[in-house]
Amino acid sequence: MGFLRHIAEKPWLPQDAVEGLHAERAIAAPAAKTGLRFFLAVVGVLFFLLVVAYAERMRFESWRPGPQPFLLWLNTALLVLGSVGLQWARTAANRGQIDGVRGGLAAGGLFTIAFMAGQIVAWRQLRGVPFFDMASPAIAFFYLITALHGLHVLGGLVAWGRATARAWRAAEVVRPLRGGVDLCAVYWHFLLGVWLVLFGLLFSGQGNIDVLLALCGFR
Amino acid sequence: MAHAEPAVVSDIVPPAEVPEVDLYHAKSWLTKYVFSQDAKVIAIQYSLTAISIGLVGLVLSWLMRLQLGFPATFSFIDPSDYYQYVTMHGMIMVIYLLTALFLGGFGNYLIPLMVGARDMVFPYVNMLSYWVYLLAVLVLAASFFTPGGPSGAGWTLYPPQSILSGTPGQEWGIVLMLVSLALFIVGFTMGGLNYVVTVLQARARGMTLMRLPLTVWGIFVATILALLAFPALFVAAVMSLLDRLLGTSFFMPHIVEMGASLPYGGGSPILFQHLFWFFGHPEVYIVALPAFGIVSDLISTHARRNIFGYRMMVWAIVAIGGLSFVVWAHHMYVSGMNPYFGFFFATTTLVIAIPTAIKVYNWVLTLWRGNIHFTVPMLFCIAFIVTFLNGGITGLFLGNVSVDVPLSDTMFVVAHFHMVMGVAPIFVIFAAIYHWYPLMTGRMLNEALGQFHFWVTFVGAYLIFLPLHYLGFVGVPRRYFEIGETGFVPASAATLNEFITVMALIVGFAQVVFIGNLAWSAFRGRLAGRNPWRATTLEWQTAELPPGHGNWGPTPPVVYRWAYAYSVPGVADDFVPQNLPPSQVAAAHPSVRAAD
Repeated sequence: MGFLRHIAEKPWLPQDAVEGLHAERAIAAPAAKTGLRFFLAVVGVLFFLLVVAYAERMRFESWRPGPQPFLLWLNTALLVLGSVGLQWARTAANRGQIDGVRGGLAAGGLFTIAFMAGQIVAWRQLRGVPFFDMASPAIAFFYLITALHGLHVLGGLVAWGRATARAWRAAEVVRPLRGGVDLCAVYWHFLLGVWLVLFGLLFSGQGNIDVLLALCGFR
Repeated sequence: MAHAEPAVVSDIVPPAEVPEVDLYHAKSWLTKYVFSQDAKVIAIQYSLTAISIGLVGLVLSWLMRLQLGFPATFSFIDPSDYYQYVTMHGMIMVIYLLTALFLGGFGNYLIPLMVGARDMVFPYVNMLSYWVYLLAVLVLAASFFTPGGPSGAGWTLYPPQSILSGTPGQEWGIVLMLVSLALFIVGFTMGGLNYVVTVLQARARGMTLMRLPLTVWGIFVATILALLAFPALFVAAVMSLLDRLLGTSFFMPHIVEMGASLPYGGGSPILFQHLFWFFGHPEVYIVALPAFGIVSDLISTHARRNIFGYRMMVWAIVAIGGLSFVVWAHHMYVSGMNPYFGFFFATTTLVIAIPTAIKVYNWVLTLWRGNIHFTVPMLFCIAFIVTFLNGGITGLFLGNVSVDVPLSDTMFVVAHFHMVMGVAPIFVIFAAIYHWYPLMTGRMLNEALGQFHFWVTFVGAYLIFLPLHYLGFVGVPRRYFEIGETGFVPASAATLNEFITVMALIVGFAQVVFIGNLAWSAFRGRLAGRNPWRATTLEWQTAELPPGHGNWGPTPPVVYRWAYAYSVPGVADDFVPQNLPPSQVAAAHPSVRAAD
């Protein structure tokens, strides 16, 4: 509760000399990591609101459940592997092992690109189902949510590209590389978490979100 | 709350421990003044863009008032035009002027200077933020020139009517509006991350959170609100755009138009309202909190008195920020939502009055027995307090469901939100410009023109909006192109409308004088000197005025005290800058000390 402690201070009273005060940052992490955390909060709110909108729309009688492409299970596994790859790179970076960083980044990136390709295939499969109708809310939500998630993954791949290029240029693990890999790994884990929630609640079974809402007392 | 300086002797502390940042140094004129990464240049770019598009919004308000004051007089205004003026005026003023100017303008200029940083923590992203904002403004402005013109859906853009044929701007206007909003949010997020992280991570040595000036607190909390609230508008804009362009039905119910069934079905218009107002109400505080902070600092400086209840002021800012997320549906009492919701939201709306009232009391108590200087910034600050109180009290009326329902569609609501969200924050913007203009240019704004600007704007604003409350009470509806003859609106309402229109034009003219003052004083204004208001805060303690690139010369500042060291007993000057080491604070003459 550092923040609460800080805002309980009484700055009008005589205080220690500057040496006695923190020089200080409210948060010990590097600025880029703090920035990423706030950005993830923004992204989290975005997807939270989409889930709420989805649940709200489900209450209407005209709701027709959307199809649940089986391919999404495979795509989910690919994204998990992508996250594992980035974590491997992060661990190797902390140990100073440049080969491990390169291997982890390559694996993480390739699995993530495969995830994106799989999502596009799922989109095309969905277009082919009988009674495909963009006016159906479940289908529209599926496209919207997966597209927004995909865009965030794509943004992550840009950062991944920069970190990977740096890893191949560097002879050893230097500080900016370690920082970059760390940020990529945090971002990947977060997007995986978001996807697991979206997939688990909305696209893997018709009743999951109903069960959740019932548990929360909304049904 | 004046306090004695702490008895510290060996206190000149080297600025160690805070790592020096690698500043980007511009290599060409283009990267110095156009694609600049310096927060101060970006701030001025934001401000000039916001004021420019704000002037468009001002002209639109004149056109609206001409129609309302003198119906059937101006042949170039038809009903579609009128609705387009309403829509664009509202959106421009709330988003593209107020939000951009407070956060992008003042946030960029003041945060690094007030916290003692050399620049924002992510200067490149900060630069991108401005250019995406400019693109958003250009896309919005482009809608004036598209077939069908800009959207006329009302500034809330409620579907289904916003994207149905028959609504002005249904072809391209609404598309450009929604794209522009999405761009604005992307741009703002880039800037917002900078503001928050700079406050948390880049403060000078000794600048604890509770030594921050309230201006920074206001902008900091408002930015967090904006970061968390804008995604709701983003989601609503994207979904609405898909409904318009791809035929999805997120918000579009089944609709029969001219006997034909439209391809929509099953969408929920109420869902849009929830998303819009989940953003829309925090938006009020996104604008108000920076205003609160700036007013606190300005009245403290211009009354030579420490802010009363600093800690309570910080807590109130944080509390208002939190509460602003649980009041949104008080904008939706007439939407047909569950009545129990109304009870809940009425209660939270009334609760938010408590921290707000604390702030008003503290401002008044800061002024109490202060050495008040009636400078132009101070006049605007006092005008803000009065106006915010006025608007806040009518807000308490409207926060009650039973009062809101009959008043909801009348001019009373227009008067209320213009007082609380239009006039009051604009007063603070004027106060802030008069106060910090010398910092940005090295010259003072002309005092006589400033006094003229203040009195015409202040008196004029009341002569516009007080009668508007009355018109609302007698039942004059809002959103109407013309009222015509009705049984319940007295004929005198038309005369009053004419009067309001004339006043609006006069107040508008005063703004032209203000713009002229800005331009004239930049070259001919009186030289300001180092610290013309004798303020304690760091932005006035830079190596040069206006501050140069990197703000602080070779050595960043060290902070020894909070921002409110005015009229300190036993000290020669009536203020002690935040970065003045205690051993260098000159003692007052013994006779003065005895009087203390």
